[in-house]
Amino acid sequence: MSQLLTITDLGCEREGRRLFAGLNFEIAAGEYVELTGPNGSGKSTLLRSIIGLFRDYSGEISCEPFLYIGHKSAISPLLSPLDNCRWFLDLIESTLDPMPALARVGLAGFEEVRCQQLSAGQQRRVALARLMLADRPLWLLDEPLTALDDSGQKLVYELIAGHIDSHGAVLCATHQTLGLASARALELGFPGTSR
Amino acid sequence: MSATSVFTGQLRREFKLLLQSREELANPLIFLFLALTLFALGGGGSPDMLSAFAPAIIWVLVLLANLLALEGLFRRDFDDGSLEMLVLLGDPLFLPLLAKIAAHWLYSGLAMTVLAPLAALILFLPVEVLPTLLLTLLVGTPALSLIGAVGAALTVSLRRGGVLLALLVLPLYVPILIFGAGAVVEAMAGIENMAQIYWLLVITMVSFTITPFLVAAALKISLEQ
Repeated sequence: MSQLLTITDLGCEREGRRLFAGLNFEIAAGEYVELTGPNGSGKSTLLRSIIGLFRDYSGEISCEPFLYIGHKSAISPLLSPLDNCRWFLDLIESTLDPMPALARVGLAGFEEVRCQQLSAGQQRRVALARLMLADRPLWLLDEPLTALDDSGQKLVYELIAGHIDSHGAVLCATHQTLGLASARALELGFPGTSR
Repeated sequence: MSATSVFTGQLRREFKLLLQSREELANPLIFLFLALTLFALGGGGSPDMLSAFAPAIIWVLVLLANLLALEGLFRRDFDDGSLEMLVLLGDPLFLPLLAKIAAHWLYSGLAMTVLAPLAALILFLPVEVLPTLLLTLLVGTPALSLIGAVGAALTVSLRRGGVLLALLVLPLYVPILIFGAGAVVEAMAGIENMAQIYWLLVITMVSFTITPFLVAAALKISLEQ
């Protein structure tokens, strides 16, 4: 099976505290992995290491083109959901129409409203719309459920399920399990262990 | 073809953001004219003295106003996470960065160049040297935005990076100030001044070629914390 993410002997120390050491794991196409662990156990650091925005680690990481949705939604509060999505599409050189994706995440009728005036959950939904706009095999999600209501959480579940069905892979840092049947867990906080 | 969409897309976004925050747009210009007025009042209304110092005053104030606008160049995008997204997806990264810098120049350097005749009037600058002043500003201010962007990128992750930004950037602005104000002073004395203007052009061209890559590297350092 083709590996979308391979991590070999990864170790990282921050402020003299060991976050993880000897971490080995792979994610293949069609897999969903939940990254769990207590606050401060290095979930975000691991994701940031994978995307290349944190380089103070030992070991090796190789990964296929990814889409990352982090703690900060990367949504400008001064722009509308539509403008935010258009900027994202221009950046990845895509000519897709963002309207269906915005409708899918439940923002029909809010396309032209400034994000400032939307709720935290609605802003999060704008970020989720990107999952449908970019065609990347690997999704790296950092706490995607934050601020989302029940229907929003169901939306994340459906998006992830759809993505792994079409041979993508998802690594999702979360405190709440999504309840996907095929989920694999990767637990941080105990250096060296992964199951 | 598609690479231009990265540039124009970013530029469109910057313009929309600027329209949403007009006070930020006006800040550098308001500062420029407040300071000019204070100089005119403090100069005791003596046209001779004011006009002798006018080139230096205008150029120094343009530098400082530019610095004022620099702080916000990456700040908002850094705060909402867009900068992270830009660095991750921008390929090549220098194109959207150039678009950001171009937008910054339009509302700082170019706006000040357009309003410079008014500044010249306040400080009794002789009308004959006005074209030279405008030319030096037009040629020199892009370098201010380009060089300043490197400093802004390096200090964006610091909460109170303002003083550090000034310390980093102002020394690099010094040659632009010397050639810019110098050209106007020589024009006032009726001396040939094309050499200074060519030097300004050289500084701008070199900055244009090098700084986008420096900004990209600096942003990666700033985002890695």
